[in-house]
Amino acid sequence: MGTLAERRIGPPLLKAEQISLAFGGVRALSDVSLEIREHEILAIIGPNGAGKTSMLNVINGFYHPQRGTITFKGETRRRMRPHQAAETGIARTFQNVALFRGMTTLDNVMTGRLLRMRRNFLWQALHWGPALKEELEHRSFVERIIDFLEIQAIRKVPVGQLPYGLQKRVELGRALAMEPTLLLLDEPMAGMNVEEKEDMSRFILDVNDEFGTTIALIEHDMSVVMDLSDRVVVLDYGRKIADGPPDSVRRNQDVIDAYLGVSHD
Amino acid sequence: MEFLDAVFVTPFASMWDNPEFLLEVLIGGLLTGVMYSLVALGFVLIYKASGVFNFAQGTMVLFAALTFVGMLEKGMPVWAAFLVAATVMTAMAFAIEWVVLRPLVNQEQIILFMATIGLTFFLDGFGQLVWGGDVHPLDIGIPKDPLIIGGVLVNEFDLVAAAVCGSLVAALAVFFQKTAVGRALRAVADDHQAALSVGIPLKTIWVIVWAVAGVVGLVAGILWGSNLGVQFSIALVALKALPVLILGGFTSVPGAIVGGLIVGAGEKVAEVFWGPATGGAIEDWFAYGLALVFLLFRPQGLFGERIIERV
Repeated sequence: MGTLAERRIGPPLLKAEQISLAFGGVRALSDVSLEIREHEILAIIGPNGAGKTSMLNVINGFYHPQRGTITFKGETRRRMRPHQAAETGIARTFQNVALFRGMTTLDNVMTGRLLRMRRNFLWQALHWGPALKEELEHRSFVERIIDFLEIQAIRKVPVGQLPYGLQKRVELGRALAMEPTLLLLDEPMAGMNVEEKEDMSRFILDVNDEFGTTIALIEHDMSVVMDLSDRVVVLDYGRKIADGPPDSVRRNQDVIDAYLGVSHD
Repeated sequence: MEFLDAVFVTPFASMWDNPEFLLEVLIGGLLTGVMYSLVALGFVLIYKASGVFNFAQGTMVLFAALTFVGMLEKGMPVWAAFLVAATVMTAMAFAIEWVVLRPLVNQEQIILFMATIGLTFFLDGFGQLVWGGDVHPLDIGIPKDPLIIGGVLVNEFDLVAAAVCGSLVAALAVFFQKTAVGRALRAVADDHQAALSVGIPLKTIWVIVWAVAGVVGLVAGILWGSNLGVQFSIALVALKALPVLILGGFTSVPGAIVGGLIVGAGEKVAEVFWGPATGGAIEDWFAYGLALVFLLFRPQGLFGERIIERV
């Protein structure tokens, strides 16, 4: 992707500055700063317990860091609620698929449109007139996403019954339905076979290309990370130890030590 | 010997001899069961959406009914009294979210449960303060004449009650399955985190479920009250919803309905046919006995989600 990738990447969309987060005595993040630039695919990697998921949780407001600020679209905030993050255009998926298990694929993806519905709750509750028309518009948008992700066949299936790989895809669909500016993916390929991983990689690249969505993802499969990402941030024990293009990060000695372990004698 | 006979032979013999009577008892029981279902439904709505076991549901039923009767006694027409009572229940949902749920967000379930016990005592006292402790007769013109349908005796009032409950459940089903708000409610019930991540405001949803549970309680209260008069024992009758929930599963709307029907029909049949063997009063404990059996062998209930814990 080389030069093409560099050309489409814009200024920072999100800046995390000196984020520190602790749970009681356990430090999850210490003084981590990172940027996510417009239109890029950023990979956050690191050994287990490095603080990757904590970082995503801070970005979308699930956790409130003790210190540090998040600036998103030029607006700095200290405490933010997850639904506010969603309102400003941050969507995410979860490490252990968090879908609405009793609902169908279609309904799951439709929940992603809730914030885009302009009619207030009362109208929607009555399910009549303008609200019904709006519902139909959203429905057609959702059908496009379903086509895009090639999950037409399971539209009416309750997601609890789907295999894991498809559940991950539905979860991506729900996040896309929000039309996010920033998409956070927590291990989108965990537990998938090679073929499913290839499909998912293709979808991630297509989303980035076609919708211009900025993506930050956590992934353990190094070949996937190297192929997909424009930039890689490495966390270890809650600190950032490297930040740069995939090739340079791969050769970084600190990173190799963090992954392989280094003797301290 | 005589006792065994009364338990194992006589009841079945009399069922066999007079099937119409059995049918009558069964139908009467099912119709009472519908009312249990209605109270249980209020519990399920709140439990699903906020994970709170609302001990105060029974008192909410009572409070709603008291408000309704109070408005009627002030000379309001039935529809206006209903609107006022529904508004009061909605206002109460806002107040509960603000005073009880919001400060306790993310606390253990048991703490929220304790808070609802507090709420029970508060509403109980507050209700007496405002409306007094007397029994208020309630008659909103539902006919109470016995009917004979196909040789079976049915009380007209029970039929009306069943029709009201049926339409309410149908309306709720449409609301939950077809509307965007319903979708948001189901989403919150399924997974709080995921719901937050797509931008569903939990607090608004809580207010909505508590308000809906309040209005369902109001309907239940009006029906119970028309039968027994509006009095403080209604809150106790509502405790019958507990075994109903254990049977049906705490998270299942269909479960609440089926559970209510089973308890209603079961206790009537047990009372009528096995009552003579034990000297009666089976109706009072049958539901709890059944719940105990379920707790031993199928703790998730008939329709509840299987409880699987990682160890």
